[in-house]
Amino acid sequence: MRLLRTAIAASSLLALGLTACTTSTPTETAEPADTTAAETTAAEETTAAEETTAAEETTPAGEGDIPQGNGETIYLVSKGFQHRFWQAVNEGALQAGEDYNYSIEFVGPDDETKVTQQLDQLQTALDGDPIAIGFAALDTGAAEPILQKIEAAGIPMVAFDSGVDSDLPVTTIQTDNAAAAAEAAKHMIELTGGEGQIGVICHDQTSQTGKQRCDGFVDYVKENAPGITVLEPQVAGEVGLAANTAKAMIQANPEIVGIYGTNEAAASGAVQGVTESGVEDLVVIGFDSGKTQMDAVRDGRMAGAITQSPVKMGYETVVAAIKAVNGIEQPEIIDSGFAWYDANNIDDPEIAANLYE
Amino acid sequence: MSEKNNVDQKPAPTRAAAAETADAPSTMSRIMRSSVQQIFVFAALVGIYIFFMFAAPNFAQFSIALDIVQQSAYIGVMALGATFVIATGGIDLSSGTGMTLVAVMAGVFLSGEWMNMPLGGGLILVLLVGGALGLANGANIAYLGLPPFIATLATMMVARGLALIISDKASISIKNPGYGWIANGQLIPGVPNAVLFFILLAVVAAVMLNKTLLGRYALAIGSNEEATRLSGVNTKLWKMLVYVVAGVFVAFGAILYSARFGFVQPAEGLGFELNVIAAVVIGGTSLAGGRANILGTVVGALIMETLKKGLLMMGIAQEWQFVVTGIVVIIAVFVDNLRRRRAAAA
Repeated sequence: MRLLRTAIAASSLLALGLTACTTSTPTETAEPADTTAAETTAAEETTAAEETTAAEETTPAGEGDIPQGNGETIYLVSKGFQHRFWQAVNEGALQAGEDYNYSIEFVGPDDETKVTQQLDQLQTALDGDPIAIGFAALDTGAAEPILQKIEAAGIPMVAFDSGVDSDLPVTTIQTDNAAAAAEAAKHMIELTGGEGQIGVICHDQTSQTGKQRCDGFVDYVKENAPGITVLEPQVAGEVGLAANTAKAMIQANPEIVGIYGTNEAAASGAVQGVTESGVEDLVVIGFDSGKTQMDAVRDGRMAGAITQSPVKMGYETVVAAIKAVNGIEQPEIIDSGFAWYDANNIDDPEIAANLYE
Repeated sequence: MSEKNNVDQKPAPTRAAAAETADAPSTMSRIMRSSVQQIFVFAALVGIYIFFMFAAPNFAQFSIALDIVQQSAYIGVMALGATFVIATGGIDLSSGTGMTLVAVMAGVFLSGEWMNMPLGGGLILVLLVGGALGLANGANIAYLGLPPFIATLATMMVARGLALIISDKASISIKNPGYGWIANGQLIPGVPNAVLFFILLAVVAAVMLNKTLLGRYALAIGSNEEATRLSGVNTKLWKMLVYVVAGVFVAFGAILYSARFGFVQPAEGLGFELNVIAAVVIGGTSLAGGRANILGTVVGALIMETLKKGLLMMGIAQEWQFVVTGIVVIIAVFVDNLRRRRAAAA
């Protein structure tokens, strides 16, 4: 049973790695900021390649470039513990721990506003004297003093999910939201034939993630589909507001052919707005998962959505930590990948592992 | 005998009781006066509407007007209840997250994955949950003597936490046949039921405010709580009941909101209470208490939604929508005060 699970997880990781690799190829050519895009792609290729090795060696006596441990502790301080995204990250981390024989401690604050609680947890991590620490900073600046202490104690660090304003972490494992949004844009252009007006509903335009998910989409469409007019992006983080926004967009712009929502609330609201407007053939594309969004994808009201890969993020964080312990060279940023899902592949094991209701 | 009799037999009747026994002309003049009050906000609504007919593409359609009523229904219905609270000089900060908690409980009662209750029974429980939230507010304010701001702030936080705990932070779908009909069905073809419920509940609230003891005592407490108490009214009890009524209206709002989508996101709702309060205040109800206007509240909710809809259809970014709505609130309340002061001087 355990072996079977390991095998499934490993194969799904392999598949996801490949998806991430193929899906971000267009970004490379399209993204104006070539340096970062190229860097990320390079990073992806390396990790994907390594993953292949990892996946093939689920049996203990592996001899690849990721050394087996003897149950030493790797401590991961995440941004939350109960949210399903973080549970999936935890799952991936535990899997990697099992594969390479390390013990994983996974903690996180009650919610994503509890900065001081997270700093206390980081301090606790340091006090536990693990061989490596992974850290997903809630506040990119506030952790610096503790990070200094960790550095002084000689414990290698990796960052995940979001970067830290510090040179101390060896590498950062994160979703390239801009590239993921560009992937959504690519599908939008395909599905609408590259003609007409597109509405964009952003869940939040102040956070880094929110901005990248919005701008990544808009920039890609502007560059690659001259026939499409992108309407002024609207911010609506609540379902009701998103539905009303989608409706107003449709009413004011009869030529509209598609709407993109940057998270579950924005996208599910868009679906509701389209339904209430009674228009047909309008393409709705979403981001993340969640029950309502997955239902909408299954029954065709939503054409598809982009999901991050939290399982892979957890797995890669542990792998990066192991490499850091062993002084193996790593790129500055490791993309944990993303994937497009629609009614056809939503139940594929490699996709389903990253979807949560 | 009953308390009501005691009140009526007091030598110095309350202002409310006096109004009850007053002759027809004074009732007439009271209604006249309140409709004069309503003219300003109503004119503002018409003015804004006409502006968007010219400024926003495709705005001048009957379906758009229906949309505005439908989309303002849940805030509007909660604002009906909040009008009573504000009439007493109180405030309810718990309506936003309270609405979310009630909607989550609707999912618990009605969904197949949970208790799977029949619609009627589930809805009664949903209204009871709303009433219970109001009861908690009311008891804390009336009997423990907490300031309304603090008591309802606490309920706001408790409700937010409970909604997240019960739902386990995931969106809950309410897949009960018939539930969606409450908001989206069309008893009158082309008109979503949410619109009808909004109108029906507004009529109920108007009757309650103007024709029942609850409404009269709420206004009397808002004007002068001590005098009301001295004239024999059990002000603590009535004040508590006002919050219970507000809680039930929050439950109606929660039903209209979640029935429209068929699911509820447990992290939502924070901030809705401010829209509710804004609707009441734009409508001419005084935050100081003692003066309330149900039709004004309805118009206040419609004004805010018309602004949102019109600005959206003009393609204006959300940050500017906030700015414009804020300015309209200031103008509405300022002009209303100005007019009232002039009327008082005359």
